[in-house]
Amino acid sequence: MNSTVVTSPTTDIHAALAQAARPQPSRWAQRLGWGLLLVVSGFALLGPWLISADPDRQDLLNALAPFGGHDWLGTDPYGRSMLARLAHGAQLSFLLALLTTLMAVVPGVLLGIVAAWRGGWLEKALVALADMIMALPGLLLVLLVIAFAPGHFIPLCLGLALALWVEFFRISRARSAVILQQPYIEATRMLGFGPGYILRRLLLPALAPTLLTLASFAMSTAIIGISTLSAISVGVRPPTAELGSMIVELLPYYAEAPALVLLPSLLIFLLVLALQLISGGRKS
Amino acid sequence: MLRSSLWGTVLLGRALQAVLVSLLVGSLCFALMHSLPGDPAMRIAAGRYGPDAMSLQAAESVRQELGLEQPLLQQYGRALWQLAQFDLGHSLVTGRPILEELQVQLGHSLWLALASLLLSLLGIPLGIIAGARAGGWLDRGSQALAIGVRALPPFVLGLLLMWLFSIQLGWLPPAGFGSWQHLLLPALTLALGLAALSCRVSRDAMAEVQQSAYFTFARHKGLRGLTLIQRHGLRNAAIPVVAYLGVQAVYLIEGVVVVESIFAYPGIGHAMVHAIIARDVPMVQGTVLTLGLLFVLINLLIDAACRWIDPRQGGTR
Repeated sequence: MNSTVVTSPTTDIHAALAQAARPQPSRWAQRLGWGLLLVVSGFALLGPWLISADPDRQDLLNALAPFGGHDWLGTDPYGRSMLARLAHGAQLSFLLALLTTLMAVVPGVLLGIVAAWRGGWLEKALVALADMIMALPGLLLVLLVIAFAPGHFIPLCLGLALALWVEFFRISRARSAVILQQPYIEATRMLGFGPGYILRRLLLPALAPTLLTLASFAMSTAIIGISTLSAISVGVRPPTAELGSMIVELLPYYAEAPALVLLPSLLIFLLVLALQLISGGRKS
Repeated sequence: MLRSSLWGTVLLGRALQAVLVSLLVGSLCFALMHSLPGDPAMRIAAGRYGPDAMSLQAAESVRQELGLEQPLLQQYGRALWQLAQFDLGHSLVTGRPILEELQVQLGHSLWLALASLLLSLLGIPLGIIAGARAGGWLDRGSQALAIGVRALPPFVLGLLLMWLFSIQLGWLPPAGFGSWQHLLLPALTLALGLAALSCRVSRDAMAEVQQSAYFTFARHKGLRGLTLIQRHGLRNAAIPVVAYLGVQAVYLIEGVVVVESIFAYPGIGHAMVHAIIARDVPMVQGTVLTLGLLFVLINLLIDAACRWIDPRQGGTR
């Protein structure tokens, strides 16, 4: 039993329809995206480990040090190493966004598959729940959840995941409903394979490309969300190094040291750009 | 007869959405109110009469009046019933009725939203011209620009514009409120993000229309240039553009919250963020509810526009 059975005429039509409906991202744009992601995530994950400087250690006599000195990228108004703060901020953004995306993907996909598989009242209830969450713009929901404990990580991730899982639920439910009706699934069932086998060997591999697109887009949304909420002081709070709050914090010093504001902005921009290039032609 | 029943389903669907929004916001805010530390009666009394005039008697009378000693489920029902009557209560910080405060702030926010929508319309002709010559330098250039703008979070975009127009050029005030100049920078921030999307969508729509059989036929019968695009291009290309306004509405509402906070513009989003920091739950409820209902209203208008442009659509949306 091999998954190459998938090439029945009906599935070809479905695949062709899906291809036509979604503009395919150009190859080089996606490659550029992966390359950028590799560089930025390398900095975010390895940076804090390689750079020995403490991002929170103040040295007021060495405030606003220029580029190229002991701290490479200079220091902020409190004399904290900019390089260390950037690396730790990027790590925080990257890991929080990854966690948020996982928290959205896993329940979203599982519930979507369950809804398509079981149908009946369970599907109706889940769809109603998804509609309820879709009725409100995502950020408003996130802000409501954050209001329970402003400045903490858990409500931040939970709120973002609560807004983001719906997309995974809707897409995986719609795609699974089509896939589960295919003759090869029926054949697999009649050969005596259980639901676990169908899920692992047939359903998830068929969903995977779409999910990767959605996930990279969701992660870019999460990164924008985390930095935005921190910038308007309801997300991660100072003194924790976070890219969004660093930008707002350092803006008053623009005249003395313009690079301090531009570097975290550039880092967010590159991270989001990489993820959006990978996700290709999605327009939301 | 058929037409009116179709409109009925649209209205009914959006009314249901409005009820869902209210239910969701009301329930979360009820939970929020009860998750706060301390005695709610004391807090409400302090908000109403000022922290100095607040006494145990005042708290007790508030408790009696609002039924705060009743079981939780009964209180929950009461909270939702009040919401259904548009009774939003008083702010815990200023003590004034929420509705009064919202009226002023909503006015400011609507001006901002309207100004940014109007400015963002510039993206559509750009997209149509780019789509009419798909693959040309204008097409590639505007695509790259649109991707770049969308990859910048709105608050970074706002700060960049502030830097360019206020600090470098000195044309506009960086933040605050008072004259139309204060409106321009926040509106431009939102408009750039909106225009980036509408430019891409209208470009794709126009490119698709150009490949269609009816467009080829119109070209073969001798129509040229603007006449061709006007008669056979625009209306067909408009369908996806208007449908994507739903996505735009999400961006607009979220953007209003962020941009108002960054530019210190005293609208409803600014008030919401401050209410969250001050833990002013009735105010949080009022602001989120207003923005949520505004979102529903915009969606209703989009539905109507879709029907008007494309009468073939049945009850699909």
